[in-house]
Amino acid sequence: MADTMPSYIGRSVVRREDNRLLKGAGTFVGDMKLEGMVHVAIVRSQQAHARINSVDLEAARNADGVVLALAGAELKDVLPPISGMQVAAPKGWRDGMDPHIDIPDQTLVPYDKLRYVGEPYALVVAGDRYMAEDAAELIEGDFDPLPPIASAEAALDAEALVHDHLPGNIAATLHAKKGEGEAALEAAPHRLKRRYYHHRYAAMPMECRGVVAEYDSRTDSITVWSSTQVVHWVRREVANALDMPEERVRVVAPDVGGGFGGKGHVYPEDILIAYLAKRLDRPVKWLEDRHEHLLNAAHSRDNLFDIEVGYDDDGRISVVKNYFLVDSGAYSPVGAAIAGNSIAHFMGPYDIPHYEADCKVMMTNRTPNAPYRGAGRPEVAFAMERSIDLIANELGLDPAEVRFRNMIQPEQMPYAVGLPYRDGVMIEYDSGDYPEALRKALDGIGGLDEFRSRQKAALAEGRYLGLGLGCYVEGTGIGPFEGATVKIDSSGKVMVATGACPQGQGHETAFAQVAADIWNVPIEDVVVTLADTSHVTMGYGTIASRSAVTASGAIKDSSDKVKEKVFAIAANVLEASESDLELRNGSVGVKGVPEMSMTLKEVARAALPGWIHQRPEGIEAGLEGTAYYEPPTVTWAYAANAAIVEIDAQTGVVKIENYVEVHDAGTLINPGIADGQVRGGLVQGIGGGLFEELFYDEHGQLMTGSFMDYLLPTASDIPPINVIHTETPSPRNSFGFKGLGEGGAIAPPVVIANAVCDALKSFGAELNSTPVRAEQILNIIDAGVAAAE
Amino acid sequence: MKPPLLDILTPSSLAEALSLLSEHGDEARPLAGGQSLVPLLNFRMSRPAILIDLNQIADLAYIKDAGDYIAIGAMTRERSIEDSDLVRKEAPLLQEATTQIAHLPIRNRGTIGGSLANADPAAEYPAVVLALECELVVQSVRGERRIKAAAFFEDVLTTALEPDELLTEIIVPKAPSGSSSAFVEIARRHGDFALAGIAAQITFANSAPTDVRLAVCGAGTTASRLTAAEEIIQRDGVGPEAIKAASEAAASAVDPMSDLHASADYRRRLTGVMIGQAVEKAAQRAGVIS
Ligand SMILES: Cc1cc2nc3c(=O)[nH]c(=O)nc-3n(C[C@H](O)[C@H](O)[C@H](O)COP(=O)(O)OP(=O)(O)OC[C@H]3O[C@@H](n4cnc5c(N)ncnc54)[C@H](O)[C@@H]3O)c2cc1C
Repeated sequence: MADTMPSYIGRSVVRREDNRLLKGAGTFVGDMKLEGMVHVAIVRSQQAHARINSVDLEAARNADGVVLALAGAELKDVLPPISGMQVAAPKGWRDGMDPHIDIPDQTLVPYDKLRYVGEPYALVVAGDRYMAEDAAELIEGDFDPLPPIASAEAALDAEALVHDHLPGNIAATLHAKKGEGEAALEAAPHRLKRRYYHHRYAAMPMECRGVVAEYDSRTDSITVWSSTQVVHWVRREVANALDMPEERVRVVAPDVGGGFGGKGHVYPEDILIAYLAKRLDRPVKWLEDRHEHLLNAAHSRDNLFDIEVGYDDDGRISVVKNYFLVDSGAYSPVGAAIAGNSIAHFMGPYDIPHYEADCKVMMTNRTPNAPYRGAGRPEVAFAMERSIDLIANELGLDPAEVRFRNMIQPEQMPYAVGLPYRDGVMIEYDSGDYPEALRKALDGIGGLDEFRSRQKAALAEGRYLGLGLGCYVEGTGIGPFEGATVKIDSSGKVMVATGACPQGQGHETAFAQVAADIWNVPIEDVVVTLADTSHVTMGYGTIASRSAVTASGAIKDSSDKVKEKVFAIAANVLEASESDLELRNGSVGVKGVPEMSMTLKEVARAALPGWIHQRPEGIEAGLEGTAYYEPPTVTWAYAANAAIVEIDAQTGVVKIENYVEVHDAGTLINPGIADGQVRGGLVQGIGGGLFEELFYDEHGQLMTGSFMDYLLPTASDIPPINVIHTETPSPRNSFGFKGLGEGGAIAPPVVIANAVCDALKSFGAELNSTPVRAEQILNIIDAGVAAAE
Repeated sequence: MKPPLLDILTPSSLAEALSLLSEHGDEARPLAGGQSLVPLLNFRMSRPAILIDLNQIADLAYIKDAGDYIAIGAMTRERSIEDSDLVRKEAPLLQEATTQIAHLPIRNRGTIGGSLANADPAAEYPAVVLALECELVVQSVRGERRIKAAAFFEDVLTTALEPDELLTEIIVPKAPSGSSSAFVEIARRHGDFALAGIAAQITFANSAPTDVRLAVCGAGTTASRLTAAEEIIQRDGVGPEAIKAASEAAASAVDPMSDLHASADYRRRLTGVMIGQAVEKAAQRAGVIS
């Protein structure tokens, strides 16, 4: 490819979507107004666990403006449940994990029993949302309360069952084994045994969920606009539930105001609203309000770990045993995927010869648990990185030193972990220099030795400074596939459509950069269409730090198909040999002969079907190609985090002085976007580490039903953040890309916990659960003071 | 999260508002900045049939110099108080407290009358009016009453206002010469309602406190004065020993509630810490300690 155009990959091209978004001119589901549209209010359970005897819709049906009122009983024979396995588990993974998986299907509107606070049991359709909510208030359910199962641990030996067919409330068990854990533990000179709890919090996108659907009876087709990360999944489930061909279901995600995983699977409302639109033959809209979002949009995290680590006098870890419970709530929309991630990521960047994991995915009377930025990794990073700090304390070593001693060295790359990944392939870290990342992070906070002397001096003045570290690796760019269609029509523009569904990540810009480089055209000549099933036949969507890798791969593969034709046709017209041709600035031309070229527009015209085409023999008409990129396996991003905190010993308040993340996602498409992604993740991680908590009482009642009680960090609560990108290309794709959507969110909770414990080392502080709260810190100080007296 | 159907009446004078309020009584709620009331309406936790919107009554929003005191109209926005030079000079405690209420967009709409009438136990203004010994002017078609701040706050979200009464003016005595003040608080996040906040207004003569007023918010069913702590400071001054004793006295005097954000014990303890910080800051500002 002649280098007549600057490469767009690697440049912080201004995001093209910002022109509309920053002007307030974006179109979100909430902005949609269609002729004759009616509005839905959903009636949700206020009880954690109850038998439904009856639901009285009479008063609601007679209320002002009501078009329809329904409860589960009316829908049970009409709409099938959503499969518990929205995500498939490939054979290679099953073989390696020896799993027993029995994820329950989810009834859209239950008719027999309610399983969590917020679960729908009836709905009202009315002329506007106000009337719908007025009528919804009139719906009365007759319920018999059942004993609530309020936590994963309680679920294990509860008599009550969340799902009658799941004894012990276990939806899945997974096992993984590398080496000989038990024997290694026997042989280890030291052992550390701990319980860690990573609490429940969740994606809080600025835009809650929402669905609009419109049915066209003439063509028996339906269009669904959903604030989702996975339009093709929604199409599949809607088509299945309504028994329609997928071709007759179009799903579009218009502008989406954040997703973070919380919109990464199909929800009952996606199907219900489509069903209502068809049944009523008029457009139907449902917008999730913030209260509903807190109750009903998927929650995440909420894992309990019992860990045993064996290590020697030098702090070298020989074995980890990891027994954990996932509180999956009443359903598990992505099956055992989060638990699978947790098992695979536990050892992080460390070279540990023996490992055993044993996991149970538990059903409880809480809101369903689904991936949220990090998806199983923050939880295990917490357990692993806390353990390292505790080992360092035991041995009187610096936590940084223990990390260096255990890290996989760059010359060990590619490094075989000895476990299968969720895609069924044995894990092999592809590239990277983990110790270098940690060194850079320590430099970023001003140097380890410098900090230790500052810390000492501060302590002498009665001030408590602490350093927290946290390292992780992240499997990114996961399959199974992504689809893309590339077309060049007689306008000469390169049109790219993929199954990626951005929620603010800047995909329109990033994929335009990729396509502009592939085609060697000005970026303005690339038209990108996303999140619309009518443009790509099969697609997967934007979850799991995957789109940069997978959609770029699909754009490349589909482009390659089209390029073959472009070269064949141009060779025919220019009477040159294909091997002498090159792409240059929107044209195809003969290498070294500037005047011999034709524009892509001319090639597209020459490719048209019909009487005047200029295609050579055997080349089909049209410049259009579709490809489904199936990545060989994941690429491995990694990071090292360091933060300095100061504790106010009178109030227990933690102040983060400075936070550094050194992040490597291979070759960066757009460093500005990459930076925003990591920063945004860090803010969510800091929120989870200090503020955000979905709190349930012992009756399974969610106590945090508004932003008065669920505390999101605001700009004032976020410390100075320094993100340093290094770029070690992945050998697994032609661009060298790795994924980075989730990374930032993984480390902060454990970095904060480690930093606080480091600051309060003199009090023997141990914080083995999240979130870290000022009140708890004060208790630690009190206990330390009391012990000293 | 939509309110049920309700009527909004928009009187353009105080007299009209009072007569509407008297006519509709319990059925109606006055609407000021809406920053507390509207969320309650949306959650359907407050269900008035009628809202009487006070926002069109131009002459309820003012900050006036009235000689010995400042008169503040009930509909004065928190942001106007924060920005007022008069308030900054003559009632610096009120100014400092205002900067700690919520966030700027909320202070642009929220009013002093709304905050006091709402009587949130963790709000800043109730503590301030107690410490400054303000008087609250309330009116109804039946006439006018002046209620001392100390008699205004009765319980959580409950005041001495009758259903037909509006709070119309707050009379803020000017801080005497030789006085100093400080408002300090602690919240889980910047801008949240306080877990514990202290309004301190102290008058010094020859470096000795002669009039000490300490009021707390966030640590009980209403804001309240901390008389035991006041007495200690007044008697023993602002040295470290006295401050410590006052902190302890304050901590044991309050009776806070436990909730998701903090236990009662923690709030009690924070009350003591905040007393220490507030007294120290006020004394430093007076130049009494360094
Ligand atoms: C996110 C957020 C954070 C906040 N943080 C804080 C904080 O840290 N500290 C704090 O103090 N406040 C805080 N607030 C509340 C804010 O200060 C409110 O503005 C204030 O409490 C109420 O004032 P308002 O003018 O909005 O009153 P409204 O919400 O309009 O009314 C409140 C109540 O007072 C009644 N009322 C209003 N005016 C009168 C009157 N003149 N006479 C009689 N009754 C009247 C109303 O009927 C209603 O019952 C916060 C609000 C939000 C939304």
